[in-house]
Amino acid sequence: MSGLRKSFGEHVVLNGIDFAVAPATVFALLGPNGSGKTTTVNILATLLSPDAGEVRVDGHDVARDADAVRDVIGLTGQFSAIDELLTGRENLALMADLHHLARIDAQRRTDELLERFDLLDAADRTAATYSGGMRRRLDLAMTLIGAPRIMFLDEPTTGLDPRSRRTMWEIIRGLVSDGTTVFLTTQYLEEADQLADHVAILDGGRLVAQGTPAELKARVPGGHIELTFADPAAYRAATGILHAPARAEDALTLQVATDGNVATLRRVLRELDDADVDVDSLSIHTPDLDDVFFALTGRPAASEPDREHEEASR
Amino acid sequence: MTAAYALRDSTTMLRRNLRHLQRYPALSLFPILMPVVFLLLFVYVFGGTLGNGLAGGGGRGAYVNFLTPGMLLFTVATAAQGTAISVAKDMTEGIIARFKTMRIWQPSVLAGHVLGSLLLTLISLAVVIAVALLIGFHPTAAPVDWLAAIGLLLLLAIALIWLSVALGLTAKSVETASNTPMILILLPFLGSGFVPVKSMPAGLRWFAENQPFTPITDTLRSLLRHHHVGSTGTTAIAWCLAITAAAYLWARYLYNRRPAH
Repeated sequence: MSGLRKSFGEHVVLNGIDFAVAPATVFALLGPNGSGKTTTVNILATLLSPDAGEVRVDGHDVARDADAVRDVIGLTGQFSAIDELLTGRENLALMADLHHLARIDAQRRTDELLERFDLLDAADRTAATYSGGMRRRLDLAMTLIGAPRIMFLDEPTTGLDPRSRRTMWEIIRGLVSDGTTVFLTTQYLEEADQLADHVAILDGGRLVAQGTPAELKARVPGGHIELTFADPAAYRAATGILHAPARAEDALTLQVATDGNVATLRRVLRELDDADVDVDSLSIHTPDLDDVFFALTGRPAASEPDREHEEASR
Repeated sequence: MTAAYALRDSTTMLRRNLRHLQRYPALSLFPILMPVVFLLLFVYVFGGTLGNGLAGGGGRGAYVNFLTPGMLLFTVATAAQGTAISVAKDMTEGIIARFKTMRIWQPSVLAGHVLGSLLLTLISLAVVIAVALLIGFHPTAAPVDWLAAIGLLLLLAIALIWLSVALGLTAKSVETASNTPMILILLPFLGSGFVPVKSMPAGLRWFAENQPFTPITDTLRSLLRHHHVGSTGTTAIAWCLAITAAAYLWARYLYNRRPAH
C-alpha cells in the first residue's frame, strides 16, 4: 500500500500511509482510538474506497478488482458479525453456503471448526445466548470457513477477559503457522509485542514508526529502575547518592536509568544500604512498546491490565 | 462473475430470513394478525353504519364487499413495514460488513429480505381473504379476475417492499425504521379503501383521488366484482412499476453508498 489517503468530509482520517506485509506473517497496526486503524482495515477489506493512493491485496487493486480481493480475504471486525437469531451451527452453514462450498465439504468444515473453537456443546443454541468469548470465537470460525489466505482482524481481543485473550492469541499463532497472513489492529502494546512479526504505529492518520518489535524497542532507551521512598529525607539523600534528577518529589519516586542487568541493580541497592537509606518499594522497567509509543507520540498508550512490570517490596 | 451466484446467494439469504421470521414471531405474526383485527373491527364496529352510507345502502353485508379490497392493500402495506425493520436491524449489526467483504452477489442481501417479505405477504393475504369470506365477503370474480387480482397485489407488494427496504436503509436505528413506513399503512385510509372518496371534503378528496392506492383499490374492487376495469387498471399497474423502479434504484444506491458502521 502506498500513499493511502482518506477523508470523511473535511476530516482527514488517513494522511499518506505506506506499508507492505510479508506473506504468512502477522502485521500489527498499533494506535489509540481514532487514529485511523479501522478505516485502514475497511479500505483493505473493500468496505471503503481510498481517496488517493494505491492499495493492493494479494496483488489485486482494492478499488478496481474488489471481487478478486474478496476471494482471498476474511474479515473479523470490531463489531460482532454473527447472526444472533441463528444457532452457532447455522451461522457456520450460512457462511459455507455463501462461500459456495459443496454440501459435504460444508458439513465437514462446520464440524471441524465447531470442535476447534470449543463450540460443539453450544452448536445448537442461538448465538444470542453466547458469552463474549464464545461470540468472538464463532465470529472467527465464520471467517475461517472460506479458508482465507489473508485475514483482517480489527481489535480481535478488545473487551475480552485475559483468558479469552490468550486463547485468541493461540488461535492467531495457529493460523500463521498454517500459512495465513494476518493483519491485525490493536490498542494493546503487549498484543503487538506478543504476536506481530512487524509493527506499524499509527497516530493521527500517519505512520510514526514501523519495524519488528525488537527494532522499535531498540530505538528507545526506556529501561530504568523506579525507587519509592518512605519520607522526603530518604528521597533527598538518595538523589544525592545516585546522582539522579529529583523530578517526582511529591511522589517520592526516583528513576535510575539502567540496562536492566543484575549487577547494576545490586550496585544501586548496595550504595543506598551503605548510606542507610531505606527504600520503600522498587520496580524494574524494561523498555517495551509502551515506551516506544510514548517516545514517538508524546502520549501514553491505552492502559494494559497485565503489563510486564516486576514489583518488589522490602 | 458474482452474478452467476445470483440465484444461489438469494436462496441462501431467503433461507436466513425465513429462519428469522420463525425465531422472531413478533415480526412474523404482526402482519398477519393486525389486518385480521382491523377487518373485524371495521366490519362489526363501523360496518353497519358505513354500509348504509354507500351508494344504494345495504348495511354491514354491503360494507364487507366494499371494504375487503381496501383491506387487502392494508395487508400488503402492513407486511412491508416489517421489511424496513428487519433491513434496518441487519444494517446496524456487524454481519453486514461480513457480507460486503465476501465474494457473493451483493444484491442478494436485499433480495433475501424482499423474497422473505413477499412470502409473508402471500400468507397474510390468504388469511385475510379466508376470514373475509367467512364473515360474508361474496366476490363474483371469475378465475381470470382472481389471477389478475393476485397479480396486481403481488406487483403492489413488490413495490412497497422495495420502498420499505430503502426506508430501512435510510434509518439510523431500528426504532426509526419501524416508524417511517407508517405512512404506507395510513395511505389506504386516505383513499378509496375504507369509504367512497365522494364523501370526503374537497382538499382531502383531491388527494385521495390522485394518490396511488386509489386506482389500485378501484381496480381490485372491479376485478373481484367481475366488472370492467378500464383505464384505472393501467394507472394502477403504472404506479406499481414506477414505485418499484424508483425504490429499487434508491435502495441500491443506499446499500452501495453506506459503509458498514
